[in-house]
Amino acid sequence: MIDTNETVAQAMERQAAKSAKFLRQDRLFAGVTLSFASLVLLTLFGILVSLVVQAWPAFQEFGFGFFYSTTWSPTDGNFGAGIGIWGTLVTSLIALLVGVPISFGIAMFLTESCPVWLRRPLGTAIELLAGVPSIIYGFWGLFIFAPLVQDYIQPWMIRWIGEPFFGGPPLGLGIFTAGLVLALMVIPFIASVMRDVFETVPAVLKESAYGIGCTRWEVVKNIVLPYTRVGVIGGIMLGLGRALGETMAVTFVIGNANRFSLDLFDPGNSIASTLANEFAEADPTMHIPALFGLGLILFIITFVVLSISEWLIKQGEKKAGVK
Amino acid sequence: MDARYKRRKLTNSLSTLLSGVAVGIGLLGLIWILATLFIKGVPAMNWAFFTESTPAPGSEGGGMINAIVGSLLIVGLTTLVSTPIGILAGIYLAEFGDRSKIAAVTRFVTDIMLSAPSIVIGLFVYALFVATTKHFSGWSGSIALSLIAVPVVVRTTENMLKLVPGSLREAAFALGMPRWRVSLDVCLRAVQGGVITGILLAVARITGETAPLLFTALNNQFFSWNMDQPMANLPVTIFNFAMSPYENWQELAWGASALIAMLVLLLNIVARVAFREKSHS
Repeated sequence: MIDTNETVAQAMERQAAKSAKFLRQDRLFAGVTLSFASLVLLTLFGILVSLVVQAWPAFQEFGFGFFYSTTWSPTDGNFGAGIGIWGTLVTSLIALLVGVPISFGIAMFLTESCPVWLRRPLGTAIELLAGVPSIIYGFWGLFIFAPLVQDYIQPWMIRWIGEPFFGGPPLGLGIFTAGLVLALMVIPFIASVMRDVFETVPAVLKESAYGIGCTRWEVVKNIVLPYTRVGVIGGIMLGLGRALGETMAVTFVIGNANRFSLDLFDPGNSIASTLANEFAEADPTMHIPALFGLGLILFIITFVVLSISEWLIKQGEKKAGVK
Repeated sequence: MDARYKRRKLTNSLSTLLSGVAVGIGLLGLIWILATLFIKGVPAMNWAFFTESTPAPGSEGGGMINAIVGSLLIVGLTTLVSTPIGILAGIYLAEFGDRSKIAAVTRFVTDIMLSAPSIVIGLFVYALFVATTKHFSGWSGSIALSLIAVPVVVRTTENMLKLVPGSLREAAFALGMPRWRVSLDVCLRAVQGGVITGILLAVARITGETAPLLFTALNNQFFSWNMDQPMANLPVTIFNFAMSPYENWQELAWGASALIAMLVLLLNIVARVAFREKSHS
């Protein structure tokens, strides 16, 4: 392989040529990988631009009122995002109110009280809950869960809490039930972030607290939670981001009524469920632009929420790195 | 003193109890959903389910073969497209992206795209592809799903490559390998188990995705291999059939849901087990 008659100069030249070749290949490789990485960025800009362009006729027609008007009437071509925004925000809020305490309980159990041999299987089971496709949550919610809510939970709440938010009638389907199904869906996301940040608390801190006689709850309340506050909020925001954009589970159980009502037991609509139900059969003149307008609003809200969540979780991780 | 001690102890027991209840609720949700699928879905999976196409409204019997094949085609194509894109982008972030601004932004955007509302991705592909070609198609369904799968692959690939010890890279450089060969033949090979895990998780994620297919692949009542036409697929068929008034349609939808859930959970478990063995050895 190596030519023994080669002079030193020739050998150096050969090496230089090889190095130059490698350099060219490396530059090409870096360029190719960079272009694929940029694809992700391009997609984001593409989504924003295409949504704005497609929604523009609706913004022109309805002006700023599009963002708060609670009229959504495909028959006479009058559209406002108010009902969708309300439905989206309220279902997500219910999901957080129900889901966050449960997620916190799960994370606390998995990191503090659970026997070590049980941690892995339990953690995996909770994570599998995140793997179940959302359409299955919806299907189950419509046929199994909603009837139970209608027969047991709603009559009880109408009797004891009542107006203005729980006035009834107990239909089973509606904003309230959609919020409950969403809660079950976001639990695994929030719980796994919480568990991860709880595990970053230095053992020394916790042991010192136990050493001066703190109970487990006092350790969690006074040591773990203050130490992981930022990451915990990040996890909750992640759950919120997920809940806001969830489509199929909500579409099945929210009742799909384009009517504004403060009563949470009434059927309503979220942005995502309106899109899922109406888009394929929408009229292209104004209905489609209005739906794109809804999509744009949803995308911007979730983008902001998820950005904050990302940033907070990163801050939490940084802290773990310092220890 | 004694009363205070008792109260602290009580609070502690209560909190432990409640956290146990929380785990119970989570487990109950999982078991309840799986049991429902098993009870309602498994009886629906008979011979006709796997051999006949979806029935017309009002007619008896029928199966899901057109939707099963459609889903396989769409998901298969998506996997073929998004795997190389995701891996190469992941390599950029891990190997070249240390101090680059673009890499930092890409990382951030990728994380957001992981949780972005999938229905908006459907809207985007509709605007970009369906509206310009003027018809729904299996191709556009695959494009929409790829946009969801790529971020999953990118992130796992990057995280795995970060685990490669610096000494391994340096050893390869010292042998005179060019950088691209170090990336592909040394680093990527060292973590191939983890990268495959990422691909499996991406497939699991897109198999049940419904929202982005609603206005891209749409649905098709008939068996078809043609990706340029509206294409039947399991999730959208479940959506249409579950909401329908026909009992045999609903039964088929339960069967299809059970099929998808089994596939997705199996992929999740395989991915986890495979990766755990890899990280132990």
